[in-house]
Amino acid sequence: MIGFLQPVFNTLTVQVPFQPPAASSIAEGVDKLYLVLSGITAFFTVLIFSIILVFMVKYRRRKDDEVPIATHTPLVVELTWTIIPSLICAVLFVWAAALYVQNGRPPASSTEVFVIGKQWMWHLQHPEGPREINELHVPVGVPIKLTMTSQDVIHDFYIPAFRVKKDVLPGRFTSLWFEPTETGTYHLFCAQYCGTNHSEMIGWVYVMSPRDYANWLAGGEKSESLSQLGERLFSQYGCDNCHVPEGNGRAPSLVGVYGKPEKLQNGETRVVDESLIQQAILNPNSVRLPNYEPVMPTYQGQIDEDQMLQLIAYVKSLGSQERKGQGQ
Amino acid sequence: MAATHAHPPGFAHQFETVEQQREAGHLGMWIFLATEILFFGGMFTAYTVYRSLHLPAFIQGSHELIVKFGATNTAVLICSSLTMALAIRSAQTGKSKRTIILWLLLTMALGAAFIAIKLRYEWYRDFVEGLIPGVSWLSGGTHTPGVKMFMCFYFFMTGLHALHMVVGLGILTVLVIMTARDRFSPGYYAPLEISGLYWHFVDIVWIFLFPLLYLIGGRY
Amino acid sequence: MSTTTADLHGAPAEPAVNYLNASYGIKSWLLTLDHKRIGLLYLGTITLMFVVGGVAATLMRLHLVEPQGALFEPETYNKMFSTHGIIMVFFFLVPSIPATLGNFCIPLMIGARDVAFPKLNLLSWYIFVTGCAFALYGTVAGGVDTGWTFYPPYSSLYAQTHVVAVALGIFIAGFSSILTGLNFIVTIHKMRAPGMTWFRLPLFIWALYATSLIFVLGTPVIAITVFLLGLERLLHVGIFDPAVGGDPLLFQHLFWFYSHPAVYIMILPGMGVISELITALSRKKIFGYSFVAFSSLSIAVISFIVWGHHMFVTGQALYAGLVFSVLSFLVAIPSAVKVFNWTATLYRGSISYEAPMLYALGFIGLFTIGGLTGLFLASLATDVHLNGTYFIVAHFHYIMVGGAVMAYLGGIHFWWPKISGRMYPDMWARISAAIIFIGFNLTFFPQFMLGYLGMPRRYAVYPAEFQVLNVMSSAGASILGIGYVIPLVYLIWSMRYGPVAGPNPWKAKGLEWTIPSPPPTENFEEIPIVTEDAYNYPAIEAHQYPDAPGVARV
Repeated sequence: MIGFLQPVFNTLTVQVPFQPPAASSIAEGVDKLYLVLSGITAFFTVLIFSIILVFMVKYRRRKDDEVPIATHTPLVVELTWTIIPSLICAVLFVWAAALYVQNGRPPASSTEVFVIGKQWMWHLQHPEGPREINELHVPVGVPIKLTMTSQDVIHDFYIPAFRVKKDVLPGRFTSLWFEPTETGTYHLFCAQYCGTNHSEMIGWVYVMSPRDYANWLAGGEKSESLSQLGERLFSQYGCDNCHVPEGNGRAPSLVGVYGKPEKLQNGETRVVDESLIQQAILNPNSVRLPNYEPVMPTYQGQIDEDQMLQLIAYVKSLGSQERKGQGQ
Repeated sequence: MAATHAHPPGFAHQFETVEQQREAGHLGMWIFLATEILFFGGMFTAYTVYRSLHLPAFIQGSHELIVKFGATNTAVLICSSLTMALAIRSAQTGKSKRTIILWLLLTMALGAAFIAIKLRYEWYRDFVEGLIPGVSWLSGGTHTPGVKMFMCFYFFMTGLHALHMVVGLGILTVLVIMTARDRFSPGYYAPLEISGLYWHFVDIVWIFLFPLLYLIGGRY
Repeated sequence: MSTTTADLHGAPAEPAVNYLNASYGIKSWLLTLDHKRIGLLYLGTITLMFVVGGVAATLMRLHLVEPQGALFEPETYNKMFSTHGIIMVFFFLVPSIPATLGNFCIPLMIGARDVAFPKLNLLSWYIFVTGCAFALYGTVAGGVDTGWTFYPPYSSLYAQTHVVAVALGIFIAGFSSILTGLNFIVTIHKMRAPGMTWFRLPLFIWALYATSLIFVLGTPVIAITVFLLGLERLLHVGIFDPAVGGDPLLFQHLFWFYSHPAVYIMILPGMGVISELITALSRKKIFGYSFVAFSSLSIAVISFIVWGHHMFVTGQALYAGLVFSVLSFLVAIPSAVKVFNWTATLYRGSISYEAPMLYALGFIGLFTIGGLTGLFLASLATDVHLNGTYFIVAHFHYIMVGGAVMAYLGGIHFWWPKISGRMYPDMWARISAAIIFIGFNLTFFPQFMLGYLGMPRRYAVYPAEFQVLNVMSSAGASILGIGYVIPLVYLIWSMRYGPVAGPNPWKAKGLEWTIPSPPPTENFEEIPIVTEDAYNYPAIEAHQYPDAPGVARV
């Protein structure tokens, strides 16, 4: 709707766009809310400005000794202008909250892409193997979930055209999802100040037709998938010595555990997700399981974020299988 | 100009009456204590968050502390609050300034004992054993990351508390001098009362610190 | 005893002895216990800090006229915006109205001879100056590049700049705030003149009281937060380092627990000033006195429970987001109530357009816009898109500059005759007010647009498509800068050459206007006994019109 103003403005003066491209499934909803908020802002601003203007003229002081007419403060007036704004706020809250909750739930069919932010670039890792720096190629119409962590300070992954943004934190994973609806090229920004080259930690998102995307995936150098790389690391770091698949080793089998709840030694129950796996690798004693000796060493400082993602991808790939064995 | 009036020593002329000054002083001290609650509260909040995130490590860290010294210090502080209250009571009931000064000095002695016990038997020992993060931390030990965090908070919180004790000792010194100079009487002892509030507050902070730091995870 | 010497034409004359000339010499100023002189000491220091922060802002806007940056390397630009934010927030806005106008006016307005603890008052100024010294040292020695928000791990582990010096400056200045707030609360509770009940207090006092509550309860938390950050930098113990079990988000919670109420420290006193300006220059009782008074208190209370709206995109729990969002909407309501009450006060008033009224009207308009744009940010779904962009920058500048700074200038102009005994040239004052209003909107409205388009904040370089709006904003900034310089000139000029003002040039109600300008050191010869409500301007009842002579038209 705001679109029709655009050419008017363009023809009048310079190119000043009013809004970024709306290229995701949630963008229109967010824009509608934004428009209503703008309308309310404009309405009350104009209302207050006009009333003041009228009063300024009508009640200007004409003689220094003039005595104004008294006004009294009826309670009903006070209540009216307390209740009406409250109602408006209530409506806005509910609308925005509903949109937020809805926009925060990635569809189950999302393709997952991993992101590592580091000063001052973005590493993006497709599960099939291709890696990108400061660029993200995605197919149109497919929901994509980004699972992100930082290698150093707090960053923020922001794609204005999709209306999505999420902080990227060291030591934990955050995620956002989007479904692109228009092919094209869109800005990617870091939106949390992270040091000297914060403003250069930017890139592009390329939304392609499914065929172009398939071509892009197929081209480029052949690389192993994340989980294949993870399987290699699992052996290289000796994890398979204790985490025997059949479950009769010193450590629990990791087959079939991803996504399932697990009861810890301290009584908590947690779902086996990226964060728990990361924690187990870096600080194993904090997520001990009952019935197992605390013999796992910490890999803090030995495994970087890239390798972490590969190991996580490997454990995830085992998730679809049946669980084996439950300890001694 | 207003007529001259007879006011006790220490009357401040922005006030109209002695009563007003006394009330203002008390309200001022209570507000100051409220700010102190928020100040320590920030630390307590951070401590609580990390304790819930790293409970096993905090238990391990707590076991490095020596309960008998902490308990002794608790008793020392409680006694010092008693002697402080007795000093104020002496002023209130018109006892000799020698009595008041005696109680004040006893309070100071107990406060100094608190700090001495802390320094000699706890912190010095921690220094020698490599338990002070950033100063003498022995890395490569069996300490998990959470233990270092615990010790950080132990030193920050007890350090901040000890600093407040030292300031309290300074205040008490001033009170001793004021008493010696006959500034107080049953009609005017507000500075003693207000300082007493501060001293009791510092005591109460320790009453919270002791179990939170020394008694985690149960022992004995 | 103060005697005035009337001049030949019977025009108002300055009292022979007042607080300004009661004693001479540097020592009489540096060791003063007079709240009025302390207010002026603060005025000087704060003006200096405003200039420093303003120079940083000017350089920033000059740099941003080109997408690749016109003046600096990114490292320097980062230091510019950090310096600008730190100085403006902690060393200008937080103390501005309370420490200058509050210190000067509170005893006068409540009928007291001074504040409750004059020595603490002087001490608070020295503490403030010490804090400023550390911050300025840090700036001159190379500055910090962490932003005024100091988020770890960047500020704790990675920044190579003078974080500790500046954090120490903030820590120290915080104690100045605490002492000021403590002094104000006790003064307002215990030193009101006989007959000055709570509900007869001017609304400026209510606003300062509410502000002081935030001062004493919020500031200690930022003190402990920067203290922990400083310890982390000095000892490398890992409090906020995830690699050793720390949590960088804990810092954000602790930081914003103070820093959100802090923004209400910055605006509440301004709102109090506006209540005074609107009533005095329209010679009308405030509409809805108790509503305005209670709205100040509710803003202060609710401000403590909304901090999480700065963290909606940090990955915090969904429920936390919902709670903070609804509370953030709640805190907007009392502000709206104030705006409506101020506007209604003008109804059937007798309005004059000297500079204080222009500043007040400008405040109402710009604060309305700033406040309403806050709703965009309280709304979860839109905040996701707008957080971390220029929309935020525009929002808070509308409130802090379009709101708080305009209220500060309006208050300075309103009470200037009382402070100095002289009037400034009103024509120049009105011109500057207009220049400021125009320059301000030109600077910051384009930034709303930039934010929605997606330009992130704290960017030293930016994509070329954002250039037009940036140039517009920078053009506005130069106009705004001129608007700020002009009052400096004529206010200082007026101290020597301005016409003598007399006790009550505005014919305003309020105890401060019943004593000479400038006031004697002890304020009141005799403590007044208060018998009337605040803003008890003469008015006739509607049914008496049009029979009564000399009335304002309906």
